[in-house]
Amino acid sequence: MNILEVKDLDMSYRTIDGEVEAVKKVSFTVKEGESFGIVGESGCGKTSVAMSLLQLQADNGKITNGEIIFNGKNIVGLNEAELREVRWSGISIVFQGAMNSWNPVVKIGEQIREAMREHYPDKTKDENTKKIIELFDIVGLESSIIDRFPHELSGGMKQRAVIALALSCDPKLIIADEPTTALDVVIQDQILKEIRKVQDVLGLSLIYISHDIAVIAEMTDNMAVMYAGSIVEMGKTSKVFSDPKHAYTRMLLESTPSIVGPKKKLRSLDGEPPSLINTDPYCLFSYRCPNPDDNCQNRKIEMKLTKIDTDHYVDKCCVNCG
Amino acid sequence: MSNEKDIAKSIRRAALKKNWRLFRRSKLGMIGLYIVIFFFFLSILQPILFVTGVWNKGVYDPVVGYSEQFQEFLVVECPTEYPTEKYKNRSDCPGRTEVNVRTLYYSDAEVGDYIIQNLQPAPPSSEHILGTDSLGRDVFSQIMEGSQVAFVLGLLSATLGVGISTILGTIAAFFGGKIDAYLMRQSDLILMLPTLPLLFIISAFAELQVWHLAVVLGTIGGLGGSVITIKSQALQVKVKPFVDSARITGGSQMNILFSHVLPNVAPLALLFMVFSVTGAIASESVLSFLGLLNIDMSWGLMIYLAQVEGFIFSGMKFWWLILPAGLSVTFLTGGFYLVGRGLDEVFNPRLRDR
Amino acid sequence: MENTLIEVKNLEKYFEVSSGLFSRNKAIVKAVDGISFNIPFGSSLGLVGQSGCGKTTTARALSLLDPKTGGDINFYNTETSSMQSIDELEGEELKKFRRNIQMIFQDPYESLNPRWNIKDIILEPLNIHNIGDLKDREEAVYEILKTVGLTPPENYMPRYPHELSGGQRQRVSIARTLIMKPKFVVCDEPTSMLDVSIRISIMDLMLNLAKDLEVSYLYITHDLAVARYMCDRIAVMFNGKIVEIAETEDLLNNPIHPYTKRLISSIPIPDPSHKRETYEVNFQELDSLIADNPNSGEMIEVSSNHFVATHDVKGIL
Repeated sequence: MNILEVKDLDMSYRTIDGEVEAVKKVSFTVKEGESFGIVGESGCGKTSVAMSLLQLQADNGKITNGEIIFNGKNIVGLNEAELREVRWSGISIVFQGAMNSWNPVVKIGEQIREAMREHYPDKTKDENTKKIIELFDIVGLESSIIDRFPHELSGGMKQRAVIALALSCDPKLIIADEPTTALDVVIQDQILKEIRKVQDVLGLSLIYISHDIAVIAEMTDNMAVMYAGSIVEMGKTSKVFSDPKHAYTRMLLESTPSIVGPKKKLRSLDGEPPSLINTDPYCLFSYRCPNPDDNCQNRKIEMKLTKIDTDHYVDKCCVNCG
Repeated sequence: MSNEKDIAKSIRRAALKKNWRLFRRSKLGMIGLYIVIFFFFLSILQPILFVTGVWNKGVYDPVVGYSEQFQEFLVVECPTEYPTEKYKNRSDCPGRTEVNVRTLYYSDAEVGDYIIQNLQPAPPSSEHILGTDSLGRDVFSQIMEGSQVAFVLGLLSATLGVGISTILGTIAAFFGGKIDAYLMRQSDLILMLPTLPLLFIISAFAELQVWHLAVVLGTIGGLGGSVITIKSQALQVKVKPFVDSARITGGSQMNILFSHVLPNVAPLALLFMVFSVTGAIASESVLSFLGLLNIDMSWGLMIYLAQVEGFIFSGMKFWWLILPAGLSVTFLTGGFYLVGRGLDEVFNPRLRDR
Repeated sequence: MENTLIEVKNLEKYFEVSSGLFSRNKAIVKAVDGISFNIPFGSSLGLVGQSGCGKTTTARALSLLDPKTGGDINFYNTETSSMQSIDELEGEELKKFRRNIQMIFQDPYESLNPRWNIKDIILEPLNIHNIGDLKDREEAVYEILKTVGLTPPENYMPRYPHELSGGQRQRVSIARTLIMKPKFVVCDEPTSMLDVSIRISIMDLMLNLAKDLEVSYLYITHDLAVARYMCDRIAVMFNGKIVEIAETEDLLNNPIHPYTKRLISSIPIPDPSHKRETYEVNFQELDSLIADNPNSGEMIEVSSNHFVATHDVKGIL
C-alpha cells in the first residue's frame, strides 16, 4: 500500500531576480515501510520537495500545481489546523541543522513533552516520560538525557534527540533531509544505524534526502535522482546503481570516491547547474551532457519520466545517452 | 586588455544597478530619498536664484534682506470690555486688516478711515510664498538657508564621527589587549554622558558656530557606541579565511588592516553615517531653539525668533513663522532615517524578504 | 631515501583555557600533542580524523598562521640544500620563506575578500612580495587563470567573488595559492563544501598541478575516500595524536590500530550490494588508555613504511 503519493508537484519561489521553479512536475510514491531516497546536488530542489510535503516552504514559496496524497488524502491546500494534524503525527521531519534548533533554556525532555502534549492532550506527564525513555532507548540515548539542557549534549547526541522528537507523536513517515551533513563520519555512521534501527523497530516509511550517493546506497530501497528541479531517474536503488541509464546518474556514480575496490580515475562534469528562473520544459542537462543525441541538443523532447523496466524510470530525453 | 576594462566597467554598472534595485524595493527608503533630494534641491536653489538675478539680494537675503509689505488697514477702536458683537475676546482686536486707533500715535487718522501701513510679519503672498518674518525677511529664503546649514552640519559631523569610529573600532578589533580595553571604556564613558546638557555647558563657555558644533557632535558620536559596533564587525572580518590567507602569504598588519578589514566594515560605517546625520540635525535645532548657537540662520533659530517675539503663543495666526521650519526639521531628519533603513536592507541580506 | 621537503618532529600546540568566568585556574588543552611525520618532495600526505582531533590546528601551525608551543618544523632550504628549522627565520627572511608555504581553505565563500575582484585577489601575493613589474604580474595572473581552467581569463579578472560559483571560487583560491610557486600547500578540506559533480574536477586539478609544479600537499579531510583519491600516504589522528601512518592502500587494506579500523568501517560505500562490516570501539576507553600511557607518542614500524602508535592497550591492540 502507498503511504505517500506525489503527483506532478510544482513549486516555485518568488525572488528579486524572478520566479525560481524549484520543483517541476515531480511524481513519486513511497510504500509503507519502505525507504525512499532522493539524491542530487545543492539547489536541485530536493529540500524544496521535502518542505512542500509538509508545506513548510518559505513565505515566498508556493505550490502551484500537483497533489500530495498522504494516507489516501490530498494534503495540498489544507488549512493550518489540518496541516498541524498531519505534521508530527503523520509526517515528521529531521532536517539538516535540526540539532541546533533546540531551545537552549528548556530541558530536552520538556521540549519533547511539549510537542506530545499538543497531539495527545489526554496523556499524563508520566506516560509521556515513559514513552520518551522508550524512544531514547531506540535512538541510543540514556534516559538521564531527559533532564539535560541542549548545551550539555554533543552534536551527535542532539541529533539523536531530534530523531526521538520526530518519533514522539507516532508518525507514519519520516523525512530525513541531510540529517548527518554537519557531523563527521563516525557520528554519521552511528546516526545512520539508529535511523535504520528505528525504521525496523517501528515499521516506518522513510524519505532520505542526501547529496551523498554512498549514503543513499546504504539507506534506501528505492531512489530518485533529481537535477534542476526534476526527477531524471527513479527506481530500485540496486537497479539504478547496477544499470544507470541517465547520463547525470552515471556521472554521479562515477564521480563518487570509494574506499573499497580498485582505485580508479573518477569522472568529473564540466559546467555549472542551470539557473531555475524562467526555464523551458526541455532537458536542462543537455548542455552539460557529455554525449547528447540530436533530439536532446535541438531541445525538442519535453522532460518526462518513462518506464523502461519494472521499477525503473528515466527521463524521456535521455534514456540511454551520455 | 581593453576588453577586460570594458567588462570591469559593465560589472561595476551591474553591481550598482542591482544595489539600486534592492534599494528601490524599500518603499520607506525611497520616500526618504525623495525627501532628502527635495531639501537638497532647496538648498542649492537659493544661490542659483541670487546668481541669476531672479531674486534681489537686498530683498530676499535670509539674514539682512528687507521687504516692505504695504497694506490697507481699517482704523478701529478696540472696546474695553469683551465680548462684543464683533470681537469675542481681547486677542481678536485688532483683526488682521485692522489697526487700533489708540496705537496710532503719529497719525491723525480717525476710526473708520483707511490708512496704508507696512505690515510685518506679512502672510504668504505671490512675492513671498511663505511670507516674511517680523523683520521683513523672506521665510522661504530662510528655509533654504536653513537646509544648507542642515546639510553642511549633518554631513560634516557624520563624516567626522564615522571616520573616527571606523578607525578606532578597527584598531580595537585588530590590536586587542590594552588598546581595545581603553577604547571600549572610553566608549562606555561617552555613552553615559548626556549629550545635550553637555552641549549646553560647552556653549555657555564658548561661542559655538556651525562647524564647531559639527566637530563636537562628530567627536562625541565617533567616540561613542558606534566604535563598539564597528569593532564587533571588524572582529568578524578579522577571523575570515581571506585574512588568514593574506597572513600566510606574508602580508603586514597594516596591509591587512587597510586592504582587508577596512573595506569590509565600510558598508556598516556608511549606514552609521546616514543615521547620525539625523542626530546632528536634531541637536542643532534644539541648540538653536534655545538660542545657544552663534549662527546667522537655521531652522531652529527661526523657531527661536518666533518664540522670543511671542508669535508662537498666538496660535496658528502666524503659522508661517513656525510651521515651515518645524516641518523641515521633522521631514529632513525623518528622510535621512528612512534612507538609512533602505540602505540597511541593501547591506544587510538578512533583512531582505528574499 | 627520498628527498624530504618538510619534517615535523613532536609538534605540540597547547591552548590555555580558563575554566570559569571568575576562576583563575587555567586548564590546558592539548590540541596537538607531539606528532611527527615527514613529507617528501612532490608527495602528499592525508591527515584524517574526526572533528576536534587537531587536524586544523596542525594545519594552522604548519602554515605558520599560529605559533606552535613545542616541537620542530624543519623545511628543506633549496639555497643551502639542507634542512632548516623555521624557528631560525625572522623578519625579511621569514617573509621570503612564506612564499614556499600556502594554504587552501575549506569555505570558498569566505576565503576570498568579497570587496576585491579576482585579479586583485590573485595579484595580492605578488604585490606583497614585490615580484616583477605590474605588467609581469598581470601576465602571471592571466596565465595562472588559464592553468586553473578559468578561461577566458579576461572574463574572470574583473569579476567579484560573489559572481562566481563555489567551484569557480575554489579555482581562484588555487590560482592565488599557486601563483607564488610554493613547494608545500596545506589543504583544509578544500572540496568538502562543493557539490559532487564539481568536487572531482577540483581534486583532479589539484592532482595535475601537483604533478606539473612539484607541489606537496598536506591534505586534511575527515573522509577517507577523498584522502584515498588525493594522497600517497595517510596519517590517522585521534585526540591530538597520530595513531597510524602508512601508504594509502596499505592503511586501507591492513589497518592495525582500532581507531583506524573504526574510521574505515564508518565510511559509506556507494554500492548497494556491498555490506560493510561494523567495528565498534569505545572512544572513552581508548582515550583514557592513551592518556594513562606515557609512551603513547612512540610509533613502531609494523611493516615497511607503516607505523602504529604503541599504547600499551591490552585487548584492544
